[in-house]
Amino acid sequence: MSKYLLNKFLYTIDRDPELVERYREDPRGTVEWWESERANVILNVLTGEKSTWLRFNDVEREALATQDVPKLFELGAHPFLTLTLCIAMFERDYDEPLAYQHLYAQQLSHFTLPYPDIST
Amino acid sequence: MATVAAVIASTHHPFYYRASTSTGPDRPDFADEWVAKITSFRETLTAANPDVLVLVGSDHFHQIWLDNMPQFLVGKAPFYDGNWYNEEREFGLPRMFFSGDENLSSHILRTGLDAGFDLAFSNELRIDHSVTCPMITLRPEADLPIVPVYTNIFAPPLPQPKRYVQLGQMIREVVESWPADKRVAIIGTGHLSLELGGPRQFGPHGPDPEFDRKAVEWIASGDIEKALGEVSLESLWEPGNATHGFLDFMLMMGVAGAGEKADYVDSLDLFHTMEAYFTWYPKGGSA
Repeated sequence: MSKYLLNKFLYTIDRDPELVERYREDPRGTVEWWESERANVILNVLTGEKSTWLRFNDVEREALATQDVPKLFELGAHPFLTLTLCIAMFERDYDEPLAYQHLYAQQLSHFTLPYPDIST
Repeated sequence: MATVAAVIASTHHPFYYRASTSTGPDRPDFADEWVAKITSFRETLTAANPDVLVLVGSDHFHQIWLDNMPQFLVGKAPFYDGNWYNEEREFGLPRMFFSGDENLSSHILRTGLDAGFDLAFSNELRIDHSVTCPMITLRPEADLPIVPVYTNIFAPPLPQPKRYVQLGQMIREVVESWPADKRVAIIGTGHLSLELGGPRQFGPHGPDPEFDRKAVEWIASGDIEKALGEVSLESLWEPGNATHGFLDFMLMMGVAGAGEKADYVDSLDLFHTMEAYFTWYPKGGSA
C-alpha cells in the first residue's frame, strides 16, 4: 500500500490545469496513463532518470479511477490534496457557494475519530 | 543590534482577498466587518514602523513535497515570487513579488545552526498563501524585504510541539543578535481548529469552538506552559484534521515569550474556521 503514490498522483494532477481537466473527463484513462508514464518520475529531476518501483495496488488504482473520495480518505490519502483537486474539478457543477464542499463533508460523515492515518 | 519592533500572530484565511475585494451581489455579508478588523490589525504593524519582516508560515504542498520534506526551512534568496496556480484557481489570490533580506537569512541560518537547529534552506523559494496572506492583510504594499521561514505542520511525522516553541524562542534571540540597525517585525500565521477534506469541514463555525476559545486565551496570555500541557501531536487531530497549523501559533508564542500578554487581541467567528489576530510590542520595540 502506498499513501505516498496516491498523494503523488493527486499532487501532480492538481498542479497542472490540463491534467485537472483530463482527470475530470477521463478518470480511469488518466490514472492508467499516469501510472504508466508518470508514477516513477522523480519530480525535481528533469533528465529522465526515474525510479523503478512505484505502482498502485488494485484498491488504490480503483479508488482513483472512480474518484471515490470516501475510499481515498479511508486509504489515508492526504485530505488537503484530495479536497483541493476535487474542488478544482467539481465545484463548478454546483450553483450555491460551498454546496460542493458540504456534499463532500456529507460523503465522509460515517468517519469518526480517529481518522485513518495519513503518515507516509 | 536589531530591534524586534513587533511580534504578530495571525490566522491566514485564503478567502480574505476575494471577500475584501468583491463588490455588489458577490460581496459576502461578513466582508465589511472582516475588512474593518483587518484594517485595525494592520495598524498594529504600521505603528511598529518595521524595516524588515520575518514571515513564518507553512508550504501547502507547493514547492515542498514528500520526496524531500524539511521540518524547518529558511528562505535565503534575493527575491521571492508569491502564490501558485491552484491558489489563483481556488482562492483568487494574485501573483505577488517580494524582495528578500539575504543578510538576515544568513544570520538566522548560521546562528540557528550553531544553536542546534539543523535548518534547511532554499535559494529559490516560491512562497504560498501562508506567507502571502499576512502580507495582503498587514502590509498590502509589499514594500519591505522579507525572510520566509517554513515549518512542516502538514505532513507527519512532525516535530513535537515544544520544538516549535523552541524554534520561536531561537528566532527571537537570533533577530535580537543581528548586527544591523534595523527594526524587524516577526510575523507568523497558523490555524485554530480547522478541518480540511474531512466530515467536519466548512461548518458554520470552526470545528471546535471550545478549542478555539482556549487557544485564543493561551496565546493572548502567553501561557506556553498550559498550551504545551494540553496540546500534543496526537491531541491536535481532535479539534479538526488540519489543526496542526496551531503549532505555528505555538512557535509565535515562543517568539513573544513565556507569560507575555499580547498588546492587541482580536478574533472573528467565521464559517469554516475562526480568525484570530495578536500583536505584541516587545519592551522598547513599540513605535
